[in-house]
Amino acid sequence: MDDEPGTEEQGLPEMAGPVIYYNETVLEHFVCPRNVGQLDDQETDGFGLVGDPICGDQMKLWISVRDGAIARIAFRSFGCPGAIATSSMLTELADGKTIEEAKRITDDDVVEALGGIPERKRHCSLLGVRALQAAISDWERRRAAGDGRP
Amino acid sequence: MIYLDHNATTPLRPQALEAMLPYLRERWGNPSSPYRFGAEARSAVERARARIAEALGCQPAELVFCGSGTEADNLALRGAAQALRGRGNHIVTTAIEHHAVWHTCQALEREGFRVSYLPVRPDGVVDLDALTASLCPETILVSVMHANNETGVIQPVERIAALTRERGIVLHTDAVQSAGKLPLRLDRLGADLVAFSGHKLYGPKGAAALYARQGTPLAPLITGGDHERGLRAGTEHVAGIVGFAEAVALASAEVEAEAQRLGTMRDRLERQVVAAIPDAAVNGAAAPRVPNTSSLSFRGIDGESIVLGLDLRGICVSTGSACSTGDPEPSHVLLAMGVPARTAQGSIRVSLGRETRTDHVDATVQALADIVERLRGISSLGGEAA
Ligand code: FES
Repeated sequence: MDDEPGTEEQGLPEMAGPVIYYNETVLEHFVCPRNVGQLDDQETDGFGLVGDPICGDQMKLWISVRDGAIARIAFRSFGCPGAIATSSMLTELADGKTIEEAKRITDDDVVEALGGIPERKRHCSLLGVRALQAAISDWERRRAAGDGRP
Repeated sequence: MIYLDHNATTPLRPQALEAMLPYLRERWGNPSSPYRFGAEARSAVERARARIAEALGCQPAELVFCGSGTEADNLALRGAAQALRGRGNHIVTTAIEHHAVWHTCQALEREGFRVSYLPVRPDGVVDLDALTASLCPETILVSVMHANNETGVIQPVERIAALTRERGIVLHTDAVQSAGKLPLRLDRLGADLVAFSGHKLYGPKGAAALYARQGTPLAPLITGGDHERGLRAGTEHVAGIVGFAEAVALASAEVEAEAQRLGTMRDRLERQVVAAIPDAAVNGAAAPRVPNTSSLSFRGIDGESIVLGLDLRGICVSTGSACSTGDPEPSHVLLAMGVPARTAQGSIRVSLGRETRTDHVDATVQALADIVERLRGISSLGGEAA
């Protein structure tokens, strides 16, 4: 339990079933994830698809870029609660950011914004970050090929 | 709260609690003490042993009390392997065992034993031909679970016993998920070693037993006294054992009626799920199963998300065994049955019990339908074949 005396200080391994130990913010993002969905082809300037080979979770992420900033962002995830909540938070963090700022978002930023996540679920937060980076690379490729928006 | 995870644990029956209380309050003597106060505790343990023996069809002296089903499995496997080491080093088990058996077999492999993990058919039943083919002169021990904890599928232990007996091979079965759910007669099951646990049948946690047919070679894991005929040293958990016996006796008396009731509700649950939710499947439905267990798969979504979604609505189910909660890999049981990894990932286990009523089942199906729909709305696998 969260309030079990001494657990924190002694640095004992987390007894957590992840199911029980998500904090309120994570639960809230799991129940009401932000920016779920996908952008249609006209709107999409970058698309990323990443998967985790161990747990099999998967994420797709779309961005629309205007004047070097993320104007719209959307995701879909075949995923565990951690994947859904962290992806949701990632899209919140990235929305409106310039591409350069968005590139610097790390999994630690996502976990911190959520107020923490069970240790076994840390890898979930990488899924969204990697998907965003993949979408940004896609946007850069499209621009280099001459069919991307600035 | 609607609790539908009875394969993880069950609530303590009030009668079991009542039976235990005197041994936690005034009769706290040590069963090994030489005076009458100790004898009182000793006779409580032995009465409990006799009650369980009577209820399950064995001799009292064939029961070894342990601290958990996992310990009973460990005693069976490690104890028999060690006792039989001179005769051979081959052990046969299945690909669908509970971690208590699976990980113990892996540990025995590290100690030099050779272990065969038998495949199961798509219905979840162990392949008897493969089992027969795996037996060799070096085989000393076969361990096949009685009922699977995730799917509830019942293994043909009696038929396996016929194969092992004629070859002089010791047969162990983990009956943790069948004891209390099926009418269990140890004398007719045919296994030499049978593990079962109190808290899965409305008894207390911390009390379990290993049935060891008279004459079965077994070495102790825990030494330090003559307790349990030298097979498990340590002061007995008197109150736990008393409560365990009470729970076994009560479960045995009502097992048939309760199995009928649970089976009807489980079938109702599965019918409704398949009718209300597209792309839902029941795992192991083609095989005989314990009546309370249902393993359900939903295409395109993750089982842990379903479990959390239900939890947030006050409904307790699990993805697989409680011991693998948080394990990112899909269930080894479903994978062994040939369920694709993606589908296995979208699976939950629902296990009904004594307090379950029809309206719990109906409310669960309703919540499940909502959650599956919501998660599919988020899923990146939406329109594709999983
Ligand atoms: S368990 Fe792998 S993404 Fe969550």
